[in-house]
Amino acid sequence: MDNSKVPQHNISTYANNKKAIYATDENGKYGIITSSGWDVEEAATKQALQELERLAIKAYDQALSGQASPLYFHMYNRRMDLQTLAQAMGMFQWRIKRHFSPTAFDKLSAKMFARYADTLGISVQELRELPDRRANGA
Amino acid sequence: MVPDQSFQHAHSAHCESGVMSLMMHHYGLPLSEAMVFGLSGALMFAYLPFVKLGGMPLIAYRSRPRAIIKGLQKNLGIKMKMQTFSHPAEGTKALDSLLEQGKIVGAQTSVFWLPYFPEEMRFHFNAHNLIIYKKEGDEYLISDPVFETPVRCETQALQKARFVKGVMAPKGLLYYPVHVPETINYAVVLPKAIKKNAKAMLKTPVPIAGIRGIRYLAKAIGKLEQKDRRYAKLFLGHIVRMQEEIGTGGAGFRFIYASFLQEAGKLLENPLLGESSEMMTLVGDQWREFALMLAKAIRSKESQTTDFSTLKAKLESVADAEAAVYRKLLEGNLV
Repeated sequence: MDNSKVPQHNISTYANNKKAIYATDENGKYGIITSSGWDVEEAATKQALQELERLAIKAYDQALSGQASPLYFHMYNRRMDLQTLAQAMGMFQWRIKRHFSPTAFDKLSAKMFARYADTLGISVQELRELPDRRANGA
Repeated sequence: MVPDQSFQHAHSAHCESGVMSLMMHHYGLPLSEAMVFGLSGALMFAYLPFVKLGGMPLIAYRSRPRAIIKGLQKNLGIKMKMQTFSHPAEGTKALDSLLEQGKIVGAQTSVFWLPYFPEEMRFHFNAHNLIIYKKEGDEYLISDPVFETPVRCETQALQKARFVKGVMAPKGLLYYPVHVPETINYAVVLPKAIKKNAKAMLKTPVPIAGIRGIRYLAKAIGKLEQKDRRYAKLFLGHIVRMQEEIGTGGAGFRFIYASFLQEAGKLLENPLLGESSEMMTLVGDQWREFALMLAKAIRSKESQTTDFSTLKAKLESVADAEAAVYRKLLEGNLV
């Protein structure tokens, strides 16, 4: 790629950071050019973020209506899915899935709440509740 | 092995090759990032539909994590000390004591738990690499190669990022060189690494890796027609992310490799490598055209149909062009 063709689209996902791209100068010599981003990459990143957000909103509504536990929402809200959460917890997926039910979730031990909270990087109190919809952006 | 007086940060395209390049510079062996990448034979392609990450199949444009560190040791005779830990507190203590000894230390971390990453770039990817070069109070001074300037991170946050569990769990991995050769016999190591990498891309026995892996992915794109539309779009977006969002230097590491071939051609005064570099640049340009087509498809409205067969054909032509570079490198005399 030619130096002059390195996209400088100031994409929002970089939050004003720049990325190093390999490109050639007018003599064909390679070097590192800093790029403020390519809108193609931005579209792909945003698409992935929007999908996670869609799942989080859906989970929020299910938790609000009592069909799912707050854990189900917090998992997506921390950009995880069942597989990622199970691996991060070091537990089988079926066990985690059980805790998506509000009744099973409420009966968890203090130790288990602490483990989930630690893995998700939130407090136990936050884990057991749903955040205010607006504050959370969900 | 005497380190330079002070550590110098430099902006790189990719984390692992960037870390190794910075470390080698620090210990008096000036290897560019592209050289590190090429000499470790890290260029690859793999499409593993049965390995899922975040609900999407694994698509990789380079060899597996830690392969650059390992490949460089093997091909250049560098010796690295690599340590993992079973307890987070133990891992933090070990890091602090290495820093007190004046060492610069490489570490594997998760991306999601690093607070200095832009919010919209924080995903659960556990094989990120960075260098910690100093501790001031409760903060580490970090040279993260994919950032323009050094960054800072608090002790607890780095510990969390180093000890996250899951796929490619870092287990607190720390690494630093214990032996760095003073010179390198490029006439021997360059042709060997280039031929080996070309062979791996061209003559892989498994249909999921190398050029065959690219064709396999093309086939999968052709079949998206029958899949759920949302899934199909997410799948296409996922390809773009693996190719451009992860620090690949553009076109899924193809431009870094072209840069490496150019540098190798100059060192060995071999015109064939220069020509191969130009060919690889054109291959990279084609990968970027492909990404642009994918981006158009994911942005398309509900009413518009996506022509998956055009996308499939484009990727197949990229595979043809890339295979031609490896054939040239394998058949030619590189010494």
